[in-house]
Amino acid sequence: MAERFKIAIVGSGPAGKSAAAHAAELGVAHVLFEAEAHLSNTIYRYQKGKHVMDEPGILPLRSPLNFKAGSRESILDAWNQGVKNLAVNIKFRHEVAKIQKKDDYFAITCSNGSTFEAERVVLGIGLQGNLRKVGVPGEDLPFVQYQLDDPDAYSGETIVVIGAGDAAIENAIALAKQNTVIVINRRDEFARAKEGNLRGILKAIEEGTIECYYNTAPELIEALSVGRKRGRMTLQTPSGRAQILIDRVIARLGASAPRTFVEACGVVFPSKDPAAVPAISPRYESNVPGLYIVGALAGYPLIKQAMNQGFEVVEYILGRNVEPADEPLLRNKFKTMPGFRSVNEAIALVQKNVPLLAQITPLQLREFLIDSEILSPAPGARVFERNDYTNSFFSIVAGEVQVIVERDSNQAITLRQGEFFGEMGLISGRRRTASVVAGKGCVLIETPRRSMSRLLQSVEAVKREIDKVFIARAIQSRFTPDSGMEKLRDVVESARVEHFKAGDIVFNEGEIGDCLHMIRRGSLTISRNIGGKEIVLSYVAAGNYVGEMALLGDSRRSATARAAIATETIRLEGDAFKQLIKRDPILRLRLQSEYSQRTAANLSMQQMQGGGDIISFLISQGAGEATDILLIDESLCIRCDNCEKACAETHGGTSRLDREAGPTFANVHVPTSCRHCEHPHCMKDCPPDAIHRAPNGEVFIADNCIGCGNCERNCPYGVIHMASKPPKKPGLLSWLLLGQGPGPGEAPYDASKPKSTAAKKAVKCDMCKDLSGGPACVRSCPTGAAIRIGPEEFPAYSKARS
Amino acid sequence: MHESIFNHAGLRYLWVSLTLLTGSVVAYLWHDPIGVPNGGTWLGYTLGTIAALLILWLMWFGIRKRRYSSSMGTLRGWLSAHIYLGTALLLIGLLHSGFQLGFNIHTLTLLLMFIVIFSGFFGVYAYVRFPSLMTRNRDSASRQAIIDEIHDIDQNSLVFADAVDPKIHATILRSIGRTRLGGGVRALLFPRDDSDSALDQVREYLDKRDAERRPGAQTRDMPTMFAMVDFLAASGGADNKNVQLRKLMDLLARKKSLSGRLSRDLQLQALMEIWLYVHVPLSFALLAALSAHVVSVFFYW
Repeated sequence: MAERFKIAIVGSGPAGKSAAAHAAELGVAHVLFEAEAHLSNTIYRYQKGKHVMDEPGILPLRSPLNFKAGSRESILDAWNQGVKNLAVNIKFRHEVAKIQKKDDYFAITCSNGSTFEAERVVLGIGLQGNLRKVGVPGEDLPFVQYQLDDPDAYSGETIVVIGAGDAAIENAIALAKQNTVIVINRRDEFARAKEGNLRGILKAIEEGTIECYYNTAPELIEALSVGRKRGRMTLQTPSGRAQILIDRVIARLGASAPRTFVEACGVVFPSKDPAAVPAISPRYESNVPGLYIVGALAGYPLIKQAMNQGFEVVEYILGRNVEPADEPLLRNKFKTMPGFRSVNEAIALVQKNVPLLAQITPLQLREFLIDSEILSPAPGARVFERNDYTNSFFSIVAGEVQVIVERDSNQAITLRQGEFFGEMGLISGRRRTASVVAGKGCVLIETPRRSMSRLLQSVEAVKREIDKVFIARAIQSRFTPDSGMEKLRDVVESARVEHFKAGDIVFNEGEIGDCLHMIRRGSLTISRNIGGKEIVLSYVAAGNYVGEMALLGDSRRSATARAAIATETIRLEGDAFKQLIKRDPILRLRLQSEYSQRTAANLSMQQMQGGGDIISFLISQGAGEATDILLIDESLCIRCDNCEKACAETHGGTSRLDREAGPTFANVHVPTSCRHCEHPHCMKDCPPDAIHRAPNGEVFIADNCIGCGNCERNCPYGVIHMASKPPKKPGLLSWLLLGQGPGPGEAPYDASKPKSTAAKKAVKCDMCKDLSGGPACVRSCPTGAAIRIGPEEFPAYSKARS
Repeated sequence: MHESIFNHAGLRYLWVSLTLLTGSVVAYLWHDPIGVPNGGTWLGYTLGTIAALLILWLMWFGIRKRRYSSSMGTLRGWLSAHIYLGTALLLIGLLHSGFQLGFNIHTLTLLLMFIVIFSGFFGVYAYVRFPSLMTRNRDSASRQAIIDEIHDIDQNSLVFADAVDPKIHATILRSIGRTRLGGGVRALLFPRDDSDSALDQVREYLDKRDAERRPGAQTRDMPTMFAMVDFLAASGGADNKNVQLRKLMDLLARKKSLSGRLSRDLQLQALMEIWLYVHVPLSFALLAALSAHVVSVFFYW
């Protein structure tokens, strides 16, 4: 007779464990099945020492087990302890093979033959599934691994990493510190990788620390009994077969999701899409009554959420109603809304009034609102000012706002309930282009850029909607701010967003011009072939347009436009635009005057000798996306490093500037120092959201940095590094008179001193925003070699130097 | 946009110094003391006080330089003033003395002042000339990159030498051991290089082999490969050695050029720093002599 339980939980990940722990503390008959010999296999298999985060930070945890951000080891220890204390009934090495629904119970069969019965089943099996093998002879040799537990355990080996996903990249980069790493990539790019990882691997390949064979597949793996290497791998490469001698193979080829198993239990998936998750009710019940799904399999990959769901599902099974964990948070936010009665009602109202937010499920909306603020500004209150550096997104739930487009005439556009504003900050990273004032009965949802970006990336419909409105507004504000949207309908219809990688050509000199490009994000260089050389004439930033000359008169492109950095443009079709110009003579006059200004500027640039070269050099170093970059004139720089010393001394002992590193051209040296990018790469993926932009434009890292290193990996210029606060050192006089301490500047690395155990945080230049007088590096340069300028001054700068 | 120390604030301190100097010279020429002009006349005392205060202010530069969060002017402004006013000090000190020189503490003070100021002139010359020379010499490589490449060349040249002859291997090994880059003051300022002797020995060896070779033998051209792959096993034959030797010579030539560049880089930087080891200690000696000079004038008159 099989054992019968009230609740059977499959999988001891955060969700399953939490459910089992709660059932244990309530005294409910339960069993937790785990296929491995330890808890939470996915987290168990994380890299040694990996920092695990506990997002979302403000969400309360309602599980009997503890969970706080920390190392993999500390989290696993806390869970093991908690599970032992509550005497949870765990059956290790019990892989569930089949779940069959009988009349009023479920029959559970394990792969080791044992059978069990349960009234309710909770599936917390996550998405790990079965690891894919290499698929060639030799895939089971002892030196072929499918997991990497501790990258530091191997050193001096030749290791082949097969795979192009995040796991493969992270493993390759970690191993490359002490080993020779070769990456085998089936395709010619790392398409699925997170941006930080993509940047890291491409940089490593470029520097030569990792070798990568694209469009290559393994053919055979053999063990060797002679020679210094353990094995030999045969590869199929585009240029034929090749052999390499290796010590180890690490294959990170992903896993096949446990879809077959789940479907065999009777659960229906909404589509054939491999990324689809089964539909569940708000109480986590699947289409099979009594079968519940929680955690990553239900579409909630975050640990804290999964733990909360484990707790809640047991409550629901026992017939109790439990308020969602985020309810008190949301109630607090909605309090200020006039006429507020309950959170559910308020959410329904938001979805009714704002079509944009109606595209997402109520659960997604709740998550979205946790990150946002609900504002009810009084009529006349300023929501934000023109040229502000804020970048949050606003949805209008009720009432209206006035967008003041023309400062002098106070001309304004009214936006009403259901519309949105502030979207420019999402896309172009530039300052606010207009001031916004609240109207009557105004209720707004203010969402920070990061949460909005997340939403845009996950829900296609929202992205499309925002893009459409953005394009129309961008065209209107740039070309016809006085007239309404109707005139622009043809142009807007024909508008398309185009993407360019750094270095791509937007159009070539001499081509027939049939369109105009408005730069939505990024920047372009305009160059012309003069006397056989490509001379850069000017640099065009986001918010401006190129290509109008061909539409106004000359039909051929007078110069080549090339993307300086990753750029997005809105392409407007020539014919529709020409019609618009014909209908609007004022527009034509304005375009013509801008055209003649630009031609004059280009001509003067052409006549400068070598001026364009300096701009090209600066752009190639990525100065195009800077807002303020440090440049050193090497004919004045006496290499005294006073700039570095000043930086260290004004910032607690760690220098954020590396003067020597960095390229030089025509005596212009670009040191390794933060450029305070217009669209900061470091901000892209900061989990505690510690990187901000100050009102004067400085990008700085606040104190709540957790030291995860994402910003360091994401920065393409290597200006961020991890450092712990150095110990206090003897003062200047003690150093001068008694020789104590390392003296001013960053203390040089002392291998004999014990390694500091203090946590390392990210440090980078903050343009001395807290010091009066401005950047210490510039002020402390004795010869005037160091200056800080923005890209707008590049033409004047190169003119002065040629 | 980069203003140099000379042009700072529109040559402000140049005008200040010139005004000061003109004033002093005019006063000196107009002044008709009893006896000869000397430091004891009222003009002498005035100029002496000005000079002493100037010396103290000039030395304060060392402190301002190390106050990194100070916003009292910029360091460039201070250095500009330091240079112009320091130069003016030369003449003011001389005028103060009335050219009354002898073997005493007073003239010692003047002498020390001269040495300090002239060492400063060398510093100005170094700061104006050497930075561009350094950049040109570096040619877009960083110091670490040059050192790394020299390391790589050392390893590779040993591999090549291995394939040729134990004698050549010994030569290369010795040459590597004797390579010295940087070091003490003498080594930095007067760098020496041993790559020549290694290169000569290899060339000799090659010439000898060429002479011994049978006429009419063919040489095979092999592409250069610097890889992990052990290509030596694949090839064979005596002609191989000649090719190795030529490659070895290429490597040695490159190493010579790189170490030359690195030595020059270190030398230029050393030159830009060495004069301060004269300028600063001697200015403290000047301070001591100055105190003795002032005290002796007032108390042992």
